[in-house]
Amino acid sequence: MTDTTTRIAPRVSPWNNPVIRGWIWQFVLLVALLVLTWSAVENAATNMASRGIPTGFDFWNRSAGFDINQTLIPFTNQSTYGQAFWVGLVNTLLVSVIAIVLATIIGFLVGVGRLSKNWIVARLATIYVETLRNIPLLLQLLFWYNAVLKPLPNPRDSLSLFGAIYINNRGLILPEWHWGQGADYVLIALCAGIVAAIVYTLRARRLQAATGQQSPVFFISLGLVVGLPLLVFAVMGAPLSLTVPQLRGFNFVGGIRVLPEFVALLLGLSLYTACFIAEIVRSGIQSVAHGQSEAAHALGVRQSLTLRLIVIPQAMRVIIPPLTNQYLNLIKNSSLAVFVGYPDLVQVFMGTVLNQTGAAVQVIAITMGIYLLISLLTSLGMGIYNQRMTLKER
Amino acid sequence: MKKLILASMLLAGFGAVAASAGTLDQVKQKGFLACGTNPGLPGFAIPDDKGVWSGLDVDLCRGIAAAIFKDASKVKFIPLTAKDRFTALQSGEIDVLSRNGTWTQSREVELGLLFAGVNYYDGQGFMVRKKLNIASAADLGGASVCVQQGTTTELNLSDYFRSHGGVKYEPVVFATADEAIKAYDSGRCDSFTTDVSQLYGERLKLVNPEEHIVLPDIISKEPLGPAVRQGDDQWYNLVKWTHFAMINAEELGITKANVDQKLTAEQPNIRRLLGVEGDYGKGLGLDKDWAYQAIKAVGNYGEIFERNVGADSRLKIKRGLNNLWSNGGIQYAPPVR
Amino acid sequence: MTDQSVARSTSYLQTAPTPAAPPPISSRGAWGWARANLFATIPSATMTILFVLLLVWAVPDLFRWAFVDAIWSAPDGAVCRVQNTGACWAFIAPKFDFFMYGTYPREALWRVDVTLAAGAVLIAWLLWPDSPRKVIGAFLFFIVYPVVAYFLLHGSPLVGLSVIDTARWGGVLVSLLVSAVGIVVSLPLGVALALGRRSKLPFIKLACTVFIEFVRGVPLITVLFMANTMLPLFVPENWSPDRLLRPLIGVSLFAAAYMAEVVRGGLQAMPKGQEEGAMALGLTYWQRMNLIVLPQALTIVIPGIVSTFIGLFKDTTLVAIVGIFDFLRTVETARLDPAWAGPSISTTGYVFAALFYFVFCFGMSRYSLYMERRLAVGRKH
Repeated sequence: MTDTTTRIAPRVSPWNNPVIRGWIWQFVLLVALLVLTWSAVENAATNMASRGIPTGFDFWNRSAGFDINQTLIPFTNQSTYGQAFWVGLVNTLLVSVIAIVLATIIGFLVGVGRLSKNWIVARLATIYVETLRNIPLLLQLLFWYNAVLKPLPNPRDSLSLFGAIYINNRGLILPEWHWGQGADYVLIALCAGIVAAIVYTLRARRLQAATGQQSPVFFISLGLVVGLPLLVFAVMGAPLSLTVPQLRGFNFVGGIRVLPEFVALLLGLSLYTACFIAEIVRSGIQSVAHGQSEAAHALGVRQSLTLRLIVIPQAMRVIIPPLTNQYLNLIKNSSLAVFVGYPDLVQVFMGTVLNQTGAAVQVIAITMGIYLLISLLTSLGMGIYNQRMTLKER
Repeated sequence: MKKLILASMLLAGFGAVAASAGTLDQVKQKGFLACGTNPGLPGFAIPDDKGVWSGLDVDLCRGIAAAIFKDASKVKFIPLTAKDRFTALQSGEIDVLSRNGTWTQSREVELGLLFAGVNYYDGQGFMVRKKLNIASAADLGGASVCVQQGTTTELNLSDYFRSHGGVKYEPVVFATADEAIKAYDSGRCDSFTTDVSQLYGERLKLVNPEEHIVLPDIISKEPLGPAVRQGDDQWYNLVKWTHFAMINAEELGITKANVDQKLTAEQPNIRRLLGVEGDYGKGLGLDKDWAYQAIKAVGNYGEIFERNVGADSRLKIKRGLNNLWSNGGIQYAPPVR
Repeated sequence: MTDQSVARSTSYLQTAPTPAAPPPISSRGAWGWARANLFATIPSATMTILFVLLLVWAVPDLFRWAFVDAIWSAPDGAVCRVQNTGACWAFIAPKFDFFMYGTYPREALWRVDVTLAAGAVLIAWLLWPDSPRKVIGAFLFFIVYPVVAYFLLHGSPLVGLSVIDTARWGGVLVSLLVSAVGIVVSLPLGVALALGRRSKLPFIKLACTVFIEFVRGVPLITVLFMANTMLPLFVPENWSPDRLLRPLIGVSLFAAAYMAEVVRGGLQAMPKGQEEGAMALGLTYWQRMNLIVLPQALTIVIPGIVSTFIGLFKDTTLVAIVGIFDFLRTVETARLDPAWAGPSISTTGYVFAALFYFVFCFGMSRYSLYMERRLAVGRKH
């Protein structure tokens, strides 16, 4: 008996058994990786010891001794390296978030524009996309910063809008507003307006579902959200004062200053990412079956409504995954700030802090870790959103 | 695994694999001196269109190469940014760092370097436009100041304004000196700050150099000099004494031109320095004519100074502190004996 | 009854169809086209007018800047400074060698030219869809060419060429070198990583996934920084990787992770039956991959590979952060030359650089589109 079974399934030598071979391969890889890591760590330890490179994280709480020109959270030159890290991170997030919003808006407009029936709009949108995405982002950043923003006039010859907003080679200077007495009521009115608008919209929707009757949702919501606070604002006697920037000494005093470095980075990031978003939007819209919009047209739905209510919601399913990728790319690309001198995470932390402390390994590891974390969180958030979209579409 | 093999193949192909002997032996084995320099600072280290380097820091390295090989051309200049100059020295990529680096305690104690001397006594200053009519750095309140990242300059700047009653200013930080000076030139900043010697050098890169002035205030001490790794005393001595030999040569009146005649001079100091009497090169691992070779190749300290940054150069910096101690400066070298 | 008699008897009938009436004037010719494509609706017409006004406002100025007022030749920057109006194209010619080769010794430029020309021929061989014996081309490009290029560019006493230190390499040479090394290394490495990520062996899968996701989660700048400052720490003390080699390693690993995801897309798009069929024939894993799966999967993702390569090519500009003189960096440096300083120098330099990158990237994307169409035709059979 045993003889026949062996003849049917001949005994395989362990070397030819795929399972065992698989484990051997994995073992080899594991050992190779371990040896590589171990030797890298070993070398790094010897090298760092012999070169006097600090290994701990005690630099984190040491006083930094340098200044940063854009700090959204308090920072002086007596602050610690750790605080410098947070300043850099906040600056990175600031420019990324604003650029994402801008890039999305421009990208959607251009993407829809490429499919426009208007010949000139479609052509211009195509030219925009083809030009900007074939030129390196760094080149665009340098162009905006060195060729557009730096040649602006100096503070004494600033371009002025309404005598309150100034543009010069030190940036964009806006008036700063201060809320006076009674400003709280305006805020309360704004909140109340938003809540009321939401309640009204929900009721209107229910009404439409039940009776088919449409309500002027847009205008009533606008009135509630904008009109109500404005009314309260007027009643309270306009409790708002503006500090108009004034030229004193070298530069303007008072007001809010937007650094040219920030503007250059923002322009570069949003215009560059927008052309990728435009392509995503275009292919998303094209992926929606033609019958959908034809049916809507047959029902007499206007072109703009068709786009907004029929096409885009369906296109979103296709659009969102690559859109997430673009957002992540934008955040990662914001690290190019270092080339235009904007104090983002890489410029402040991997630049100045790394140089002053010499703690190369720790600083690089922390910076990479943060970007990794941002990437993971963003894809997580987008994943959840995506799931919701898909569920609704069922 | 594939990566490892690939990496090691590439490393073996490109990498300079040095033996683990003393630095001098390594240098002799390689056949050249690896000298870390500034990538482009007029007067200190700058390559011309054909890649020929010149400058104060460059000539020091040439002098060392001449002392070792009797050939000042056996030196390879490796341009380094402020950021990675120290790691390049620590990693053994370069043998000596002659890159207008400031001698500070932390650089010696924490980074494990040794500064072998001071070939330029410097201090940090400010450059502004003439038309601003500013007489002193104290008037810079509210100004935007362009500065290079990762240098002591950035910290001194912050300290200066802090110690002057916390006057407000805006630091605009760039990764390289070129970007910082260009930003200043284009009007992004009211002032540009760095070591004074460098200010004079960078000023030459401006569109209209004569429209800018260097303010008289010096806000820091910046002794610039060549640095080596700790743990190799022989090499440290070699660099240090090559530098001293050039200062001594100036003091003794030995120049590039007359060094051959001086071989027959009577003064014992000169005879000892040029290796006619005694063998002072032996302890350094060199021949006894080491100093003769160095002087023959690049001249004495005064000649180097005048040629690169002084009266004979475009920078026209006065000797000042860098004059010999006997002429009112503080350049002073211990005797060779 | 003959036809003629019918015609005679029903003479009120037309024997020939009436020629079609021309379409109304409003949908004909230029006017009709404009109505349909420019003024179809009120919003459309508004946009047309707005954009036309924008073009009228911008294009003549641009044209004047680039051509009419431009300075085409000048001994130095003085002319550009004085005139102060148009582009200063004169600045390109004297800096051209610097843009192309950096400070590579002028007497040895032929070595760069030969290397680049050979590379161009090999790439054309590989990319031209109908060219014969691509296997030989691939072998030459991926194995022989890198070695030859190394000896030509770097030089070695073995072949009697003087050694030229990588610190003197620069300009277009370095940009092309970084992207060429990136593609040559990242393609095989990316395939290996993609196969690893799809492997059934848990540890291999984990290792590849972690590597890919890690690299894709961080900016290239941080990878370059890491390669520049940390790589020398990770190798034995007396090894010191060349300064140009460090970013090359960084860029290659970075590109490999992106390439892996592209290849994985191709592997996933393959019908399962292909591999199962190969299995049924008793082919081993490597035989299945080499003979059946990879040739098909890689063909599907040619457009993806090309677009990764375009991205890589644009990303080579970032090596400037670790002090490498790529093309853009040479433009930046030349722009700062006080001899040429002038109001339009920066813009001129950037426009020139933009043209260079645009021609390369646009060309590649067109090629990718062409291949896509060709492949689509092939699959319709």
